Amino acid sequence: MTTADRLTGPAPAPGAQSRVERGAGGTARKHPRPARSGRRRRRAVALLYLLPALLPYTLFAVLPLLHTAYLSLFDWDGVTLPSFVGLDNYGRIVTDPQLRAAAWHAGALILFFSVLPICLGLVSAAIVSRRAGRRGTTLVRTVLFLPQVIPLVAVGILWRWVYAEDGTLNQALRAIGLGGLTDAWLGSFTWALPAVGLIGSWVVSGLCMVLFLSGTQRIDPEIYEAARMDGAGPVREFTAITVPLLRPEFAVALSITVIAALSSFDLIYITTGGGPGNSTVVPGILIYRLAFGGGAVGVASALAIVLTVVISIAVLVINRLSREAP
Amino acid sequence: MTSPTLTTRAVTGRLAAPVVLALFMAAVLIPFASLLLAALQPAGAPLTGFALPDGLHFENFSRAWSAAGFGTLLRSSVVIALCVVPAAVVCATLAGYALATLDVPGRGRLYAYLLLGLSIPAEGTIIPLYYDLRAIGLTNTVPGLALAEIAAFMPFGVFWMRAHFSTMPRSLMEAARLDGASSWVTLWRILLPNSRPAVTTLGVLYFVWSWNQFLLPLILIQDPARRTAPAGLGFFTGQFGVDVPLLAAATLIVIAPVVLVYLFFQRHFISGVLSGALKG
Repeated sequence: MTTADRLTGPAPAPGAQSRVERGAGGTARKHPRPARSGRRRRRAVALLYLLPALLPYTLFAVLPLLHTAYLSLFDWDGVTLPSFVGLDNYGRIVTDPQLRAAAWHAGALILFFSVLPICLGLVSAAIVSRRAGRRGTTLVRTVLFLPQVIPLVAVGILWRWVYAEDGTLNQALRAIGLGGLTDAWLGSFTWALPAVGLIGSWVVSGLCMVLFLSGTQRIDPEIYEAARMDGAGPVREFTAITVPLLRPEFAVALSITVIAALSSFDLIYITTGGGPGNSTVVPGILIYRLAFGGGAVGVASALAIVLTVVISIAVLVINRLSREAP
Repeated sequence: MTSPTLTTRAVTGRLAAPVVLALFMAAVLIPFASLLLAALQPAGAPLTGFALPDGLHFENFSRAWSAAGFGTLLRSSVVIALCVVPAAVVCATLAGYALATLDVPGRGRLYAYLLLGLSIPAEGTIIPLYYDLRAIGLTNTVPGLALAEIAAFMPFGVFWMRAHFSTMPRSLMEAARLDGASSWVTLWRILLPNSRPAVTTLGVLYFVWSWNQFLLPLILIQDPARRTAPAGLGFFTGQFGVDVPLLAAATLIVIAPVVLVYLFFQRHFISGVLSGALKG
C-alpha cells in the first residue's frame, strides 16, 4: 500500500504532554504544528482513509446505478444509436402484461421467502427455547445455516432433482400411496411458482429460526415466570411476550428475506428460467432477458430502477418500524 | 386438571423441541443426501431420486474436475476471491476506522452515502457495468469482476467495521495519541491486533459472497473458459441432456470450498449473518 507513508503523518494533539516515544510506533515527531493547520491536516488525512472505500464504491456501484437511470430514458437495443423517449419505458412497466406478471410474482415470492419462513422460524424457536438444556445447539445451528452458505445455483440444482418427474418428492409421494399426485412440478403452470417459492423458504427458514432462537435467549426468563404466575399458557406467553420482544430480530429477518425475494435471480434462472411460459418470471429474470438478449436495454434499465427504488423503500420502512417503541 | 393429562402434556412438551429440530434438520439434509447419492451413481445413470448406487463411483469427481473443466473454473473462483477478499477487507477497515474514530468532514453524510449501497441490488448496476466495462476492455478480466464485487460488498463492510471500532474503548485511542502515535500507527499496532474476530467475520462473509456471486460473473465474464465455478455450473446445467452423476459431482466440487470455510469459521459466519448481513 503506497499511501501508507503519506498517511503516517503526525496527528499531534494540542497540548499533548509527552513527545517521547514509548514504543507505540516510531512516528512521533518533535515539532507539532499550530493547532489549526493540524486540525485541517487531520481532516484531510481522515478523508484519505475513506478514499479506498469510496472510490470503487462510487465508480462501480453508484455511477452504474445513475447510468442505469439515464439509460432508462432511452430506447436502445445495445448496438445502434439510442433514442430519447422520456418516461415511456416506465409507462410500459405499468401496462405490459409480462412486466406486470413479474411484479406479481415478486410479491408472491415475499410470501414464500419472508412470511412463511418467519412464521415457521418463530413458532419453532418458541417451541425449542422452552426446553431446559441446550445440548447440540451448535450442531443444530451449523446444519440449519447450511443452505445460507452454498451458492444458490447449487441450491437450484439440488431442488431440480427433488422436483423432477423421477425425483425425491414424487418418489416419496408414491411411497406413501399418493402416486396420483405426482407431477413435473417445475414444468407445471400451476405449481412452478409455489415450487420455486418453497426453495426460497428452504433457504431462509433455518436462518430465521436461529435468529429468533438467539433472540429468545436474550429475553429474561423471569418475565416468563411472572406471566406463568398470572396464569398465562404457552400461547399467551408466545403472543404477549415472545413476539413483541423479538422486534429487532423481525427487522433483520424481514430485511434479509424481502431483499432476497425481490431481487431473486439465481434460483429462478437455474430452476425454471422464468417458465413454463411466463409463470415464474420475476424482475431479475426480465432485466437479464431484455438487456442481454432481448435488445430492450431501456426497458430493462427502467425495471432495474423501479426494483432498486422498491427495495430501498422496503428497507427504509422495515427499519422505521423496528425502531418504533413496542 | 387430572394427572394423566399432565403427564401427556409434559411428555409432548419434552418431545416437541427435539421433534421440531429433527424435522428441520432432516429437511435441510435430505436434498444434500440425494445429491451425494447421485454423485456416486455410475456415469450416465438417469435421475433416480433417493436411491443407493450399486457401488461407489468416485470417477464422477475426476471426470467433473478434468473433463468437464471444473478444476479450471475452481481456479478462476479462487483467483477472484483472492483479489476481492483482502482488498475489500482493507478498504472497509480503513473507512470504518475513519468513520468511527477520526474527525472526518461531513462524516454523517458520507456514512449515509455508503449505507445507501446496502439496498442496491446487482440488477440495478449490471446493465451499465457490462456496457461500460466492455467499452474500456475490462469484461472477461479479473480486475473488472473483482472491482464490481468490491464495490458491491463495500457498504456492509464499512457498516460492520465502523460498528466494531465504535465499541472499542476511547481510552485506548487517547493513550496512543498522547504517546504521539499517528492515526495510522494507532490503527495497525493498537486497534487491529484487538480486532481479529471482527476482521475474520468480515473476511469469511466476503469469501462466501464472492464465491457464490452469480449474476456479476455470468454477465461480466462471457468467455466460458474464464468463468467462476458457480457461473460455470449454471452454464453446464443449461446444456441439454446433462449427465446427472457428473453434474452432481461438479456441484459437490463447487460447494466444497465454501462449506469447508463455513465449517471452520461457522461461529463467525453465523454471527455476521445474524447481524443483518445481506447476501452480496
